[in-house]
Order: sequence, then C-alpha cells, then structure tokens
Amino acid sequence: MSIKHLEEYRDPELARRLIDRIQSISSKSVGTKSVRLMEVCGTHTVSIFRSGIRSVLPDGISLVSGPGCPVCVTDQSDIDAFIAISRMDHVIVATFGDLIRVPGTDSSLQSERAGGRDIRVVYSALDALNIAKQHPDKRVVFLGVGFETTAPTIAASILTANFAGLTNYLVYSAHKTVPPALEVLVNAPDVHIDGLILPGHVSVILGSNAYMFLKTVHRKPCVIAGFEPVDILHAVSSLLSQIHAGKPELDNAYPRAVTPEGNPKAISVMDAVFEPVDAAWRGLGTIPRGGLKIREAYARFDAAIQFDIQVPEPVIPNGCACGDILKGIKIPPECALYKKRCTPVDPVGPCMVSSEGTCAAYYRYVSNL
Amino acid sequence: MCLAIPSKITHIDENGMATIDVDGVQRSTSLLLIEDPKVGDYVIVHAGFAIHKIDEQFALESLTVLRESLAISMQADSRESDMNYEL
Ligand code: SF4
Repeated sequence: MSIKHLEEYRDPELARRLIDRIQSISSKSVGTKSVRLMEVCGTHTVSIFRSGIRSVLPDGISLVSGPGCPVCVTDQSDIDAFIAISRMDHVIVATFGDLIRVPGTDSSLQSERAGGRDIRVVYSALDALNIAKQHPDKRVVFLGVGFETTAPTIAASILTANFAGLTNYLVYSAHKTVPPALEVLVNAPDVHIDGLILPGHVSVILGSNAYMFLKTVHRKPCVIAGFEPVDILHAVSSLLSQIHAGKPELDNAYPRAVTPEGNPKAISVMDAVFEPVDAAWRGLGTIPRGGLKIREAYARFDAAIQFDIQVPEPVIPNGCACGDILKGIKIPPECALYKKRCTPVDPVGPCMVSSEGTCAAYYRYVSNL
Repeated sequence: MCLAIPSKITHIDENGMATIDVDGVQRSTSLLLIEDPKVGDYVIVHAGFAIHKIDEQFALESLTVLRESLAISMQADSRESDMNYEL
C-alpha cells in the first residue's frame, strides 16, 4: 500500500479499477456496508464534489465533510475582531479573499470596504508585507487564518518584517491546529465517523507521525490523501480495507508529498513565531491547544496586543447550522436556510461563503437538493 | 486554498524568491520554507510559499495522473453543466 501504487498511477484505467475494488470490498463485507468516512480538508471536499466521486461510491458509503475549511471554523468573535480592526484609523487590512464576505455580528469586511475602509485581498503574506513597505504612514494588519499549512508562511512574514526592521506590519493570529481538533472530533459522542481522510498539505508540513495517536489511542482508520480523484479513491479503498480487516492503520497514500517527519524547516519557522493556545473554533467550541498565538518575543507584531479591539457580544446567524456541518453531524440540505435565505450571492454563514465551505460545495455541485 | 498541482521552479532571484510554472502559468513564490531549492525542482506551493520539494520522478508521475484525472473530472463537469442549475 505504500510505494507500489505509484506504478499503477501511470495506468489510465486506475480510477475505474479503484472503483471496482471499492465495490468489491463493500459487497464482501457486512462491516463496510454502511460506513461514514470524513474528509477533514475543505480542498478534499471540493475535489470530491468536482470529480463526481460521491455518485460512483456504492450505496451505504458516505463521505461527510469535516472542519477543514479555515474560514468556516474561524470563530464569530474573531470575524468581529477583523471588522473592528478594519474600522480603525490609519490601518490597512490585508486578507485572503474568502474572509471578505463572511458575515460578522453587525457587518462584514465587504460592507466596511464599501463604506470606505482600506481592505485589500492578497495572495500571500509577503504581499501584505510589501503593502506595509509602501505605506510607512499606515499600519498594515494581516488577518492570519488557516491551519499548519498557512501558519509557517505567516510566521515567515513576521521573521522577514523583524529582519527588515519594519515596524508597521502586524498580524492578527486566528490560526488553528488540526490534530487537537481531530482529537475532539473522534471523542465527541454525537459524531459518528468510521474513518478519516486526513488533509494533504497540513500533512506536508506536520508529517504523518503527527496523527499516530489516531491509530494507537483511538484505533481510528486513517489515510493521508492527495487531491486528485485517483488519490481520493485510493484513500476510500484504503479505509474500507482497514475497516473490513478490523485493523486501523495510519496509511500515507500521498507519499510523493508527505514524509513521516514533514517539513522540519517550516515547522521550525512556525515554532519560532507561534506557540499553542486554547482556541475557539466555530462549531467545535474551545479546543485545548487548538490554535496558535504569536510568542511574546514578537509581541510588537501582534495586532491582538497592539490594538485595543472591542467586539460586540457575538451573535451566530439565527438558524445557521454551520457548527453541526463542520462536525459532520448535518449536511447542508438539513439546514432550513439552505438555498432559501442562504445562497452564495447572499450568504448567511461562512460555510456558504468560502469556496471550500461544505454548503457552497453542495450549492454548486449537488443540483437536486 | 491548497494548490494541488506541483509547480516547476524556472528562475531563482537573490532574495529567495522564485518564478514557478504551474502547468503553463508563471507565478512568483517564496523559497523561505524549503531547503536547498534549485531551478528545475518541482514544488508544492501554498499561499505564495513553496512548502515541499518533490522528487522529479514523483512529480512527473503525479502530473501524468493529474492529466488523467482531469479527464475524469471534465466528464463529471460536462454532465453537471447539462443539468442546468442556477448559480
Ligand atoms: S446553508 Fe447557510 S445558514 Fe445554513 S448552515 Fe450553510 S451557511 Fe449556515
């Protein structure tokens, strides 16, 4: 199951053969006739929908989406803090695009921008750094949202700013860490998942060893997957085999990108700037060590410390089921607002805003629900 | 948010920035997070940073697989556009 499948990658019939294999395991085993597999990562969710994989899986095998959309799991209080920062004088807010339209308690970054606030969409934290260089009279605040894939890039921007002596670049860190959230999910009594498809690029950074506890402590079938249809079919097939055999593994089905130790350089950059902190996740509550805060040594870059941020008492949009959707308890059509009050054009919750959100994926790809 | 396609480094400048080719499209990316990058290396890029250097043989293999799977997803997409849903 490790290196050998790379040979098969060259075979154009591979996907078909994987589907055949999935069907055959599922028909042979009572234990795999009704299984729920969670794809943790939002990029997997989109890839699964786009490729039509859900429709080729045998009845009884369902893929449920998890909490791996960074914008979706950002807590309402953090969204409100972003909005509060954008309203401050002499501030330019730099952000990844998906955050702009997320509704906060009484506004959104999009509304603030329409009202004249300087909010700019960037592709990389280094773009935000360049804005800071170009505007020495303003303070540029980057909204740090994302998992262990993104956190090292933001950390690198802070180290670069420090090295360059840049004093007007700040970061608001709402970064989240994936393994602690998985721990919460597998322990949650209301969450029923038979196997996990682990995120590809978080694993590039952390390495497969970071999930060993899922196998050893929780005995949960796991597979690290790439993003192509063949990768995902391979992952589903691996999980079904594990379930069928009653032998949970931590299978690395993305060895061209993921090593056991991950990327040590990226980890050391991330660790130099950030430390673990208990963090509020939308839907999952406060997760012990589930987030990253900027270390004291870099406090002058920390917007949460440098600004007096006042936010309203957060109000979750009435009726929005994002919380249960992020845990895989509900699917979007089970939300009363789905496709009625809530659409991509006029979203109520973040799961409909983000291109990686489960509600947006359903809206785009599942035409009959 | 994740860019799944491996990209080839075509140029490296003195500031640790590289030009990468993503299946024909040129982009700029930082090399701060990987060890020992070279022109010709295939990298996985996330939010403007290269985060992993792929063995070239692995990368070419995954591109081959990608083209194949794109064909699969194109079929799925054309099925879907026949269904005429509103967005
Ligand atoms: S459909 Fe809209 S309101 Fe309902 S859970 Fe999704 S984002 Fe929230």
